[in-house]
Amino acid sequence: MSEKIATRVSYGEALAELGKTNDKIVVLDADLAGATQTGIFKKAFPDRHFDMGIAEGNMVDVATGMSTMGLIPFCSTFAVFSGRVFEHIRNSVCYPKNNVKFGFTHAGVTVGEDGGSHQAIEDIALMRTLPGMTVIVPCDDNETKKAVAAAAELDGPVYLRMARLATTVYDPMPFEIGKGNVMRDGKDAVIFACGLMVDESMKAAEILKDKGYDVAVVNMHTIKPLDAELVKTYADKCKNVFTAEEHSVIGGLGDAVADVLVGNGEYRFTKLGVNDVFGQSGKAMDVLREYGLCADQIAEKIAAKL
Amino acid sequence: MSIPELEAIAKQVRRNIINMTADAASGHPGGSLSATEILVALYNDVMNVDPKDPKNPGRDRFVLSKGHSAPALYSVLGEKGFFSKDEFKGFRQLHSILQGHPDMKKCPGVDASTGSLGQGCSIATGMALGAKHTGNPCKVYTLLGDGELQEGVVWEAAMSAAHYKLDNLTFIIDNNGLQIDGSNDEVMSLGNIAAKFTAFGFRVIEVADGNDMAQVLDALHTPAEEGKPTCILCHTVKGKGVSFMENQAGWHGKAPNEEQRALALKELEA
Repeated sequence: MSEKIATRVSYGEALAELGKTNDKIVVLDADLAGATQTGIFKKAFPDRHFDMGIAEGNMVDVATGMSTMGLIPFCSTFAVFSGRVFEHIRNSVCYPKNNVKFGFTHAGVTVGEDGGSHQAIEDIALMRTLPGMTVIVPCDDNETKKAVAAAAELDGPVYLRMARLATTVYDPMPFEIGKGNVMRDGKDAVIFACGLMVDESMKAAEILKDKGYDVAVVNMHTIKPLDAELVKTYADKCKNVFTAEEHSVIGGLGDAVADVLVGNGEYRFTKLGVNDVFGQSGKAMDVLREYGLCADQIAEKIAAKL
Repeated sequence: MSIPELEAIAKQVRRNIINMTADAASGHPGGSLSATEILVALYNDVMNVDPKDPKNPGRDRFVLSKGHSAPALYSVLGEKGFFSKDEFKGFRQLHSILQGHPDMKKCPGVDASTGSLGQGCSIATGMALGAKHTGNPCKVYTLLGDGELQEGVVWEAAMSAAHYKLDNLTFIIDNNGLQIDGSNDEVMSLGNIAAKFTAFGFRVIEVADGNDMAQVLDALHTPAEEGKPTCILCHTVKGKGVSFMENQAGWHGKAPNEEQRALALKELEA
C-alpha cells in the first residue's frame, strides 16, 4: 500500500501483458487511446490495436464481427458512452452471446473536472440488466490486472469498469469472477463496496474502529454474477448492511445486494452512492465529497445508523 | 449454376416466403421478395459455403443487415440444405430455429444475429477486418435495406471499411424505394446513394434491375478493386413476383391471409 495507480492505467498495462501470451487479443478504441490507456497496448502491438474513430456504436459491432472470426476484442471508451452503445451491446453482443469485452474507463464522479456530462453514474445499472453480461468493477491496480486476464479467459461478454483517479494499491488478493473478497472482517456492520469505494470503505472502517465499531468490508468486484452466498453470510453476521459505490443508488451494486437480501431475513439496509442526481465539475476528491462518498462521510453515516 | 436453374430456385424461394409468412400469419414478405435474386445468387453461385460444414472457418460470410428479410434468407438456406425444409413451418413459432429475425446461435448458416438495423453491416465490417487480420482469405457480404441507410451507424461502418481498405467486403443495397411508413422520399430522403458511397471511399456498382438474375450475377462476380470495399446498389421492386404486393409499402410487415396466399402461389407457379 504505497503508490497510487488509476485502474485505467492498470487496464492498459494488463492488455499489453495479456497480448504477449494470447495473440487473439485485439483492442478497439474510439479516439481515446491516451485516456483509456489502451495506448500502452498500441505501443506494444500496433497491428492489433484498431482505432475506430469517434464512432462508438460501430466500434461495438465491428468488435462483434471480429469476435466471430475467432479473435477476442476488447472495446474501450469512456463509461459514459455505455448508454450511447447500449443497444449495440444488447443486440450485437449479448443477445447472441458473442465473445466481446468492454473496458470502459472514467467511470463515476471522480472523473472530476470534465463534469457531469462525462461522469457515468448509470453504467452498472445498464449493463447488469443484460442477460449473460458479466459486470466487474475492480478496486485497484492488482485486481484490475487479474480481472482483465479473467475476462479474456471467459467465453462471453464482460463489462469492466475502470476509474480515472489514481487510488490506493492493496496487496494482491485472489481473484475469481463472481467471488467477493473479504478485505476486513467485522461484526457490527458490513460494507459491500466496489471500485474505488473499497478504499474509502476501508478507511471508513478504520475511523469507525476508533469509535468502537467493528465493521467488515467486503469487496464485491463482480456485480454480476453477484456472490450471493457471501452477501448472505455477512448480512446475517452483521445485520447492519451498507453498500458503497461511485454510481447511482438506482440499479447498481446496492440494488444487486438488495436483490439477494429482500425476503431472506431481517436487516437494516442502507445504500450509499450518488442519490439520483448528475455529477459536476471539480477536483476529483472534492466532487466525491460533494456527493458524500469520502471515508469520513461514510463513517459518519454508518455511525449514525449503529 | 445456369441462370434458368437459379431462376427456378428463386421462384421456389418466393413460394417459401409466401408460405412461411402465411403460416406464421406474421413476417415481412415485401422486402424478402425484393431481395430474392440477390440471396439466391450469393448462396448458389457466388459464396464459398458448404451446408454440411456451416462453421468452416474459411467459408465466405453473409450478414443479413436488413434482418427482417429473414424469410428470404431462411428459404435460401433451407433450399441449399443447411437445415430441413420442415423447419419452414416453425417460422416465428416458439422454440423454432427460425426466429422472427436471424439468430446465429439457433439457425445453421446464419453468420450473425441481426434485426436491429444498421448493426449488421457494421458486424460484417468487423468480420472483414478480422479476416484481414487473421489472414483468412474469405469474402464478406452484407445486405442492407435502403431505409436502413437512414441509420447513422451505416455510415460509421462505411467510413471504417474504407479506412481499413476492406476490399474483401461488399455492401449490397436492396433499393426498393419503400419503407414502413411510405416511400424513402416521404420518410427521409436518401439522396444520391451511389454518390454517397463513392464519397465514403467505396467502389460502387449499380444494378439497374436487381431482380434480374443475370444483372445481379454480373455485379456479384465483378472482381474486387484492391484496397476498396465495394457497394452494389441494386434497384429492386418491393414485393417482386406477387402482383398485388409489388411496390406497396403496406406489404413491408404484413402476412398474406389464406386467400392472398392462394393468389400469390398461383402467380408463382413454376
